[in-house]
Amino acid sequence: MEKIIIEICRYLIIICMAVYTIQCFAVFRFGNEYDRKGIYLRQNFFMVMIHFMGFASLYAQKLDIRYFKAYLIQQLGVLVILFAYRFIYPRANTLIINNMCMLITIGLLILTRISYDRAMRQFYIVMGASAVTLAVPFIISRIRFFEKFKWLYVGIGLGSLAAVLLFSTVINGSKLNIHIASYTFQPSEYVKIVFVFAIASILARNHQLKDIIISAVIAMAHIIMLVLSKDLGSAVIFFVVYFAMLYVASKNLIYYLLGLFAGAVGAYMGYRLFSHVRVRVTAFLDPMGHISGEGYQIAQSLFAIGTGGWLGMGIGQGAPTTIPVVAADFIFSAICEELGVVFGMCLVLLCLSCFIMFMNIAIKFEDPFFKLVALGLAVAYIFQVLLTIGGVTKFIPLTGVTLPLVSYGGTSVVVTCCVFAVIQGLYIAKGRDNGHIPAPADFKTEKLDILEIE
Amino acid sequence: MKIRFWSEKTEKKKENRRRHHYDNNREISVITYVFLAVFVAMLIYLGYFTQISAKNIINSNYNKRQTLLESRIVRGDIISADGNVLATNVSDGEGGYFRSYPYRNTFAHIVGYSTHGVLGIESMENYTLLTCDGNIVRRIKNDLEGVKNHGDNVYTTLNTKMQEAAYDAMDDRKGAVVAMNVKTGEILCVVSKPDFDPNEVIGRWDRLNEDTENSPLLNRAFLGSYPPGSTFKIVTALEYLKEHGGNVSDYGFECKGSFEYKGSLINCFNETSHGWVNFDDSFAQSCNSSFANISSKLDKKKFASTLSDLMFNKELPLPFKYSMAYSDIGPSSSTDDLLQTGIGQGRTTISPIHMLMITSAIANDGVLMKPYVISEIKNADGGTIKKTKAREYGRLIDENHAESLRKMMREVVVNGTGRRAFDTEGYLISGKTGSAEYSSNKSLSHAWFTGFAGEEEPEIAVTVIVEGGGSGGSVAVPVAKRVFDAYFN
Repeated sequence: MEKIIIEICRYLIIICMAVYTIQCFAVFRFGNEYDRKGIYLRQNFFMVMIHFMGFASLYAQKLDIRYFKAYLIQQLGVLVILFAYRFIYPRANTLIINNMCMLITIGLLILTRISYDRAMRQFYIVMGASAVTLAVPFIISRIRFFEKFKWLYVGIGLGSLAAVLLFSTVINGSKLNIHIASYTFQPSEYVKIVFVFAIASILARNHQLKDIIISAVIAMAHIIMLVLSKDLGSAVIFFVVYFAMLYVASKNLIYYLLGLFAGAVGAYMGYRLFSHVRVRVTAFLDPMGHISGEGYQIAQSLFAIGTGGWLGMGIGQGAPTTIPVVAADFIFSAICEELGVVFGMCLVLLCLSCFIMFMNIAIKFEDPFFKLVALGLAVAYIFQVLLTIGGVTKFIPLTGVTLPLVSYGGTSVVVTCCVFAVIQGLYIAKGRDNGHIPAPADFKTEKLDILEIE
Repeated sequence: MKIRFWSEKTEKKKENRRRHHYDNNREISVITYVFLAVFVAMLIYLGYFTQISAKNIINSNYNKRQTLLESRIVRGDIISADGNVLATNVSDGEGGYFRSYPYRNTFAHIVGYSTHGVLGIESMENYTLLTCDGNIVRRIKNDLEGVKNHGDNVYTTLNTKMQEAAYDAMDDRKGAVVAMNVKTGEILCVVSKPDFDPNEVIGRWDRLNEDTENSPLLNRAFLGSYPPGSTFKIVTALEYLKEHGGNVSDYGFECKGSFEYKGSLINCFNETSHGWVNFDDSFAQSCNSSFANISSKLDKKKFASTLSDLMFNKELPLPFKYSMAYSDIGPSSSTDDLLQTGIGQGRTTISPIHMLMITSAIANDGVLMKPYVISEIKNADGGTIKKTKAREYGRLIDENHAESLRKMMREVVVNGTGRRAFDTEGYLISGKTGSAEYSSNKSLSHAWFTGFAGEEEPEIAVTVIVEGGGSGGSVAVPVAKRVFDAYFN
């Protein structure tokens, strides 16, 4: 009986995920949210089904009442987030809400399988983060003067990173966390958002050489501090986000190419200067040859994905705990092992559909500041997805970042919820103000007045 | 090119778009497309990994999922080239299975075991045997019914007849026999003695593991490290040929049973005087004095480079564990080291499989084929999952020098130390014997033979070592001959 439940759930979860993912892209066929309503409802059904079947399978194996309770409370929590958003922001983009809840669901499910306690901790963080960030779309869509605080953003960003560099302890060779009272958090995560706001406020309306140089110096300062605290994953994300924003703001292909060139030079310098970069490259090039040393993590990840295969071992049936840092950096490997590579690929596509929707909002947006903010956050999001999934599958060298909303990790969850909420706010503002947020009162430009886009 | 997922097609909008000064949507689209392209590439990569590369990667001892998979999959069979089952799972009548090795000790080291740790092919293909690639509908049906799926079967290049012949010929002597097809690289038999019964590994584990004197679990054919003795004269002769452009007809030496040079003394085996010998005679009679004389004339630097060409101190193109051959010859080597190395003594060591690879390159016009032991992976229904193709590793030896060496090795069997391999039906053996001293007691030696045989041209190569067996010509050659006979008759 237990076997049958596990097997049925294994196949049904994959099917539900595949259908859900197809619907993520099916929504783009319709022009407005009204026509998409049916799809959105069906997506919610499949989300609930995946969570239910995952827990049915886990419960059949563990026969522990705690899992039943966890199921109820998690399901209830996710539905509360879903309906709270719908209720408070009827004009919000439902695909983004659905995907956010789906990512949270998948994360909670696989975390419960890896460690019950961590999953519950993660659940409370998710609930808290959602509750707090529920206010963000309101603020973003009402307040118009975000653009004015550029030096505040720069100050917060550089200040936080400097604090990490000065006060944090080294864990696994990197300085990442700051402890305040009994709480630990990772400033590089929220600085991502602040950084996007800083660069957007500098480059949104002015892109003379002077502004570009100022923005470049600020970006460099962030990146250098991250490199010094050996947080390479974040350094690379900041780098890519900066050049994407510069390229869009300046509309100049030169900067795009310059970015590629600077990236190549930076990568080479990093390789020569830092031993931990060389370790990552060695592990990337030949994990099996260095399996007892540098390649151990990545080899364990590949074993998990490879042994799980297309259809996975079934939830609770694999050995994901043999992978180091499985709950955070290697969560994707655990998902592939137990839920299957097909499911993993669907998850990648799901993240991609979020990104496309984000970019769509950026395209539709008329206000140059918020346009750049949407773009910067979208690129930061998708690039982080690329780094973590590409890293654990050995598509690119491993950089050790989390999979947003899925991985275990408080700051990461709060910040990603915030990113989703900011974009949601922009979407709501666009819907209400016909696509443009008036510039701050003291900012005169005729460009914004002549526009009327539906 | 612009992304327009939302249907905004009215003329008015287009108009607006044109007028809009801040329209940098083209750039946003470019970035979107760049990311889409990278993600598509990543998904293709992930698919390729899952379908193709994962199969090789997961067969690692560091993968800890064997017990997990065994609970849901019936381990596949290992089958010989002639269709005999070498390892299979047998039902215990109560829904469980146990691993059975019908040939017991005969294939012990190469097939290995899976019951207490893993060894041999059972280790190399551990996860292949535990992967079911059968019909997906039936797989799902079995999964749902709680029936175990049958893992993939591994087809090997091993030849049962040769393996049994080698196993019997070695009798209870310590040592190893290994053979391969020189044109394809297929490994035909691998015997290592002393051996064990893989069916009884669990019960006898401690005893097998603690027996450090006999090390029955050690596969001597791959992991043995022996002084090559006179079989190394193949290498010395090759170096001399290379340094003289293949023309050695003017070489001559008067052997008086020993050779003294700059304070070093080299004796012939049993201190036999070979009289006046030319280059081919020296090789056929395995005259140590003459080869010490030849060695004294060699260029140390070039010698080191030839050794490197023959993969000494280097990794071998082998899919299983082996021990690396060692040689310390270099520009700064002493004369004594040079002379000792030239006759295969000194600090040089080599594994039987490596000796076989050098021999097989000579037999195959100087080109080494990559040795392999897994010919095919099939699912339980007989559908091919993966097939190994014969691949060249590369040229180790010049074609002309390989031909000269082949003639010299034939002469060993016709007129020299390998005469016991002369009497064959329908095919001809060539080779080189060796008696390698391995301790301060000069009367003790490992008996070596390495050679090849074929009807018209060389087909297969065999290498034999009998530890402490004495003379290669009288001990190792008869073993090799029985293995050759098993193949050709």
